Amino acid sequence: MTATHNFGTAPTRGTSAADTFKAALYVTTATVNAATTAYSSTGEVSGTGYTAGGIAVTNATAPSSTNTSATAGVGYWTPSANLVYSTVTLTTAFDTVLIYNSTQANAAVSVHTFGAQTITAGTFTLTMPSNTTSSALLRLTTT
Amino acid sequence: MLVTTTKGEMDDSLLVKKEGSIDNDIETTTWVEYYLNDELVHRSAHVTLKTSPFTDLVAASMG
Repeated sequence: MTATHNFGTAPTRGTSAADTFKAALYVTTATVNAATTAYSSTGEVSGTGYTAGGIAVTNATAPSSTNTSATAGVGYWTPSANLVYSTVTLTTAFDTVLIYNSTQANAAVSVHTFGAQTITAGTFTLTMPSNTTSSALLRLTTT
Repeated sequence: MLVTTTKGEMDDSLLVKKEGSIDNDIETTTWVEYYLNDELVHRSAHVTLKTSPFTDLVAASMG
């Protein structure tokens, strides 16, 4: 843990505020994967109603952890609202969403892939899972 | 019901509606399409991810 990302209030980096996170969509031909270290507009979707950089991730719930000083556990976090791209037209198929930290030089947080989609004058919704140790969007084993 | 389309808002009674879904180990996805005279004028999709993000977790750390 380097405290690069502040999902909740954290004094580690000398700030009491949580960072701002965003979610960008990428076309099927883009190379966005575990090696991605930061947001890039290369390969990002474009179309009516979509702004480069994507949408803000609602982060009303600080990360949780089950570990104690004596036992390992799981640190976990899930955005507190679904990711909703409303009234967009994205005609080039896309299959990836990158969540990144716009407060920290757009550092990548996680990459999630799904079946290729297009949207026509419609809404694309990524429903967030339950924020639990077994299903949260981000889960890290802690020691 | 009014539907947002490439031609503005239209009553769904004027359109042909098609729906589909996929449910696998990775996702549960549903979509809805509306056609006007065989032309796609609306498509929305709703994806629920299932997979663990561990394999694609990038430089993640929690403060």
